[in-house]
Amino acid sequence: MTHPPISSAAPPGAGSALPTPPPPRRTAFAEGIDQLRTAATTEPGRLRLIGAVLALLIVAFGAVTAWQMTARANAADDVLHHSQPLSSDAAEIYRSLADANTAASSAFLAGGQETDASRELYESDIRNAATLLVTAASNAEPGSPADKAVTKLNTLLPEYKGLVERARVYNRQGYPVGGAYLRYANDKMQQDMLPTAQDLYETENTRLSSDYADATPYPWAAMALGVVALAALAWAQLRHYRRTNRLLNHGLVAASGATVVTLLWLVVGHAVARSGLEGSYEHGVRSLTVLHDARIASLKARGNENLSLVSRGAETIEVDGKSYDTYYYHFDQEMAALGDGLAQAAKLADGPADSKPVVAAEANMKAWKQRHSAARQADENGDYQTALDEVIGTKDATAECFESVDKNLNTALTLEKHEFQQRATDGRDAMTGLPIGAAMLGVAAASGALFGIGRRLSEYR
Amino acid sequence: MRGGVAVFVRRLRSSLRGWGGVGAMAVGCVLALAFVLLLPLTQSHGEGGDGGTLGGQGLANGSQAKAGSCQESEAQNDTWSPSSADGPTIEAIKARKGDARKLIVGVDQNSYRWGYRNPNNSDADLEGFDIDLVHQIARDILGDANAVIFKAIPTSQRIPAVEDKQVDMVVRTMTINCERLADVAFSAPYFKTGQQVLAPRSSSIRGYDATLAHKTVCTADTSTAFKKVTADKASGKLPSSVKVVTVPNQLDCLVRLQLGEVDAVITDGALAASQAAQDPTLKLEGPAVTTEYYGVAMNKSAQDLVRRVNQILVDYRADGWQASYDRWLSATLGTDSSASKPPAPQYLRKS
Repeated sequence: MTHPPISSAAPPGAGSALPTPPPPRRTAFAEGIDQLRTAATTEPGRLRLIGAVLALLIVAFGAVTAWQMTARANAADDVLHHSQPLSSDAAEIYRSLADANTAASSAFLAGGQETDASRELYESDIRNAATLLVTAASNAEPGSPADKAVTKLNTLLPEYKGLVERARVYNRQGYPVGGAYLRYANDKMQQDMLPTAQDLYETENTRLSSDYADATPYPWAAMALGVVALAALAWAQLRHYRRTNRLLNHGLVAASGATVVTLLWLVVGHAVARSGLEGSYEHGVRSLTVLHDARIASLKARGNENLSLVSRGAETIEVDGKSYDTYYYHFDQEMAALGDGLAQAAKLADGPADSKPVVAAEANMKAWKQRHSAARQADENGDYQTALDEVIGTKDATAECFESVDKNLNTALTLEKHEFQQRATDGRDAMTGLPIGAAMLGVAAASGALFGIGRRLSEYR
Repeated sequence: MRGGVAVFVRRLRSSLRGWGGVGAMAVGCVLALAFVLLLPLTQSHGEGGDGGTLGGQGLANGSQAKAGSCQESEAQNDTWSPSSADGPTIEAIKARKGDARKLIVGVDQNSYRWGYRNPNNSDADLEGFDIDLVHQIARDILGDANAVIFKAIPTSQRIPAVEDKQVDMVVRTMTINCERLADVAFSAPYFKTGQQVLAPRSSSIRGYDATLAHKTVCTADTSTAFKKVTADKASGKLPSSVKVVTVPNQLDCLVRLQLGEVDAVITDGALAASQAAQDPTLKLEGPAVTTEYYGVAMNKSAQDLVRRVNQILVDYRADGWQASYDRWLSATLGTDSSASKPPAPQYLRKS
């Protein structure tokens, strides 16, 4: 429409059919400007224009506020009910797998004396992982990295379980190849399954971060429009006062009032929501991540401690030219990671209630290290049975320390999860009603402005 | 105007979302790539540790340069003549007090029928052919067959453990060869074996020969078997289509074989027999293709202990050896022990 037909672009044959090209049409924009210019020459025209602009600004302010806050409220809701639970689930998949691996090696060491409790622990870990994988699969888009990770884990889980069962059967018959099967199962877990579970966890965490990023930024567009609308309202009232010497125009005052309320609600509501959400991240998600990592480290340390007794020196690892037993070496590494994790968790804890289980876990860890070195010494001196008793026995064994660490970390995780939920819920609730309220106030303010201008216009009839 | 702003913002948002998707995919790709690149590293790390075969290592490598006049074919005779006399090493062992008055021996705990902790024994006691010999040595030196501290040592730690005197001796399916003679002293041989092929009974593999063509064989990392197969493939003794898989420990080969990931295992006959004993569907195929002798490794300075062990072995071969063989090995190596019994020893080391 805005392009005038250009005759030179037409084919020569067609051009010859038109006797003379018509004068180029003026653009709609230019025509509109002309109309406005004509209207602005009279006071009623100017008033109409001002009314239209005010109404538009206010409606735009209300609409943008409603829209931006809807997006943020939805993202906050996703953090609370979607991405954080999924991230937690992924962490739980990881933990279940690592725990199953540890339980399998404990049960293996006990051989024929395997207890119901240790068998049940292993089975329930496997069930738990399988159930959570179903949830994760239903929340993953087909072909996405999360979907691929879930598929891979679903393939590996039965393979792993098969290897563990073989290990068990051979071990019960007294064949050393049982230990080799368990080491193979462990390799599959450590080198294929846990890294894949880690990928899934990271993918879910990316989703969580992106939801946080959608929920917390300042709604600059809405704020700017609010300020502009208020400024326009102030200008209109000043103009009104100068022209008529009347102090107040009820409609415009009502419009200003509604706009101020909306703007304040927007700024304060968002600030509260933001601080709640950021708090839920700082005091919830970060602590949860650190505690989760510490728990994994303790699980891996325990698994390595068990496997050192299963492998009995079958595998060594060379580090800086020195040769170590693979599993004892990794035990030391994981214990160091556990120590770091617990120290960090203690630093992040808010107050004594939060730090209590972490401090308790640190004490358990110290006892674990002491008992472990006694067990290792017994093992290295050829006193295998003593070493075994000191690791999986029922009295003063490292098993007890590991279980206490795990229990305390679980308590700490529950506390932090509660903290996260409380803060994130507060944050999300601060935005409740804001979109609808902003929309309604916007409509009311626009009506007020139109009503005020209408009153002035009626004086000209 | 409202619509215009909304459309513009929506478009901006959707374009950003598009970039978010691309970003996520890029991150995914990087992660996947890192995973793929790092996986072989971590694996090779695990296998790289020289927890190699439980059998002999580096036998085939000529080590004349290192061991001076050592001839590989005569290595098993490079030991001192037997003697029952106590020397400084034996006196030091006997002088140990109380609970510590025990012989400290490095053994294996994972070789079925050789040195193995049976979880069904009381206190998970060790058992096997090597363990019987250790008890015999302890009975002779300390008068108590159970006066032994068994130390589980990985394959790669056998020589350092002897050199550093962490153990008095190593009895752990250890092959006598020139390379090792440079670092430790050996007793006279107590067992004869050689590299052999282990395969399922139903397999078409008939031995260490052309029937291995297009098959995948498993060997322990850095083991004699691995070196021999690699060399024979290069020289044309074995078809070049033989694929070799290496694992950290010879026992892992049995796992791979049972899972169908490999077609055959190559290791020394004694350990192959230990694997066959755990799975009756497997069979040793063809004759041994090398000749190796197991010996007891001791510190080079412990001349009196070596002579004493050689004296014990003289008696043991006459009485004890066959009973132990019948108990642990006859089921898989055959009731005829002549192929496993070492020939009458020569004691060629003079100083």
